[in-house]
Amino acid sequence: MFKILKYSFYDLMRSRWSYLYFIFYLLLGLILLFLNRDVSKAVITLLNIILVLTPLIGTLFGIIYFYNSKEFTELLLAQPIKRSHIFWGQYFGISLSLSLSLVLGLGIPFLAYGIFQSTEIFNFMTLLLIGAMLTFIFVALAFNLALIFDDKIKGFGVAILTWLSFAVIYDGIFLVLLLVFNDYPLDRFALGATLFNPIDLSRILILLKLDISALLGYTGAVFQNFFGTNLGIILTFTLLNLWIIIPVLAIKVISKHKDF
Amino acid sequence: MISIKKLHKKYGKLEVLKSIDLNFEDSGIHTILGPNGSGKTTLMKAILGMVIPNDGSIEFNNKPILGEWEYRKDIAYLPQIAHFPQNLKVQELLNMLKDIRPGAVREAELISLFQIKPFLNKKLGNLSGGTAQKVNIIIALMFDSPLILMDEPTVGLDPISLIRLKKLILDEKSKGKLILITTHIISFVEEVSDRIVFILDGNIYFNGTIDTLKKQTNQKNLENAIANILEKTNV
Repeated sequence: MFKILKYSFYDLMRSRWSYLYFIFYLLLGLILLFLNRDVSKAVITLLNIILVLTPLIGTLFGIIYFYNSKEFTELLLAQPIKRSHIFWGQYFGISLSLSLSLVLGLGIPFLAYGIFQSTEIFNFMTLLLIGAMLTFIFVALAFNLALIFDDKIKGFGVAILTWLSFAVIYDGIFLVLLLVFNDYPLDRFALGATLFNPIDLSRILILLKLDISALLGYTGAVFQNFFGTNLGIILTFTLLNLWIIIPVLAIKVISKHKDF
Repeated sequence: MISIKKLHKKYGKLEVLKSIDLNFEDSGIHTILGPNGSGKTTLMKAILGMVIPNDGSIEFNNKPILGEWEYRKDIAYLPQIAHFPQNLKVQELLNMLKDIRPGAVREAELISLFQIKPFLNKKLGNLSGGTAQKVNIIIALMFDSPLILMDEPTVGLDPISLIRLKKLILDEKSKGKLILITTHIISFVEEVSDRIVFILDGNIYFNGTIDTLKKQTNQKNLENAIANILEKTNV
């Protein structure tokens, strides 16, 4: 598995898209710090960007890489390598290289600015960790979709729709439900629904960490009320890990039954 | 070496292999013949574990292959169409495969045999069809495996390379290897094969030597004998 991981990782490190992604974060970090001398405000702005962007890029890279490396995958399938190791190797290769672009791209400007002297260092690290976790989650989801759909257009469409539903549509539906069922207690339902959205979980986790209740939103507020800050952080973190583990295991299960 | 029992495979509603029973012994060249879409490639991919059968079993050296992967170190596979990562160089691909699968003993010999040296630093996407096929052959045969699966190895090869390939296949046979080949070129079949398996619509129509086939159909040459099978089934 590690050999496949190594080649996928190098392959992506050589591609100009990884550099673009890295440079984008580098510029973003520099500009944010330049416009906004306050590190804690910069972290909050970054949060909103990371919550939307890392899932999108993870989904796109994941699905494009899978379809583009189909030939190589077929070549590997005829070799004495475990099926799951081929796909896991590729998966970790992409996820790691994307996470590296994120961590280095944002890390360098903040490091230069003196984040280590700031009290925000742990919040900033949490933010990078969340970005990396969202990358791992959405690349895994994209891989599953690519394994299910042989048709590139279909797979691509469904992947974008998945991202859209987690990033945008989910919030919309949630708001509508809150308005319609205004008279009923929706706390439990809100808690349950949050589990099914990794982006929402990430947002709650980082906002609990930052301790900004104004930005928590409905689900976040319910979460904080119900579990308190510390338990809330532990719980969201555990759930995010499950959001990585389950799709990664699903890659093995789905690939096992697939014909090539 | 390979024993296939009641192998059944369908893609959606299309039944590609209908309960096939086949045995391949320890050495010799066996050609799998049949019209397009008769299930030859599916059969090979099933042996490799790339296609998962709906029913039936395949045993390699008396062990079921389902879910296994180690047995593939004893198989060299030459896929029908050479699909390569387009932006890699030939040498990079070879190095990568050698790293992933140790035991490539014949690389240099095959490179000089097929005169691939000038192309080693070219990108795979820029190779001509025939050159890509030669790279394909090198990738498959550089590992010294007791079982060789070749899916239409002659496609796109020039006459000289074809002669070299033929010699190569016969050499491998003399080393006691089992070689399965699918092809549409009858002269190639007549020259190299010890046994013919004829597949049509997912069933085995004939399984035996060329002479038996000729006798059975009362034909003097193989081409007519095969045409004879096809016509009989159409009536």
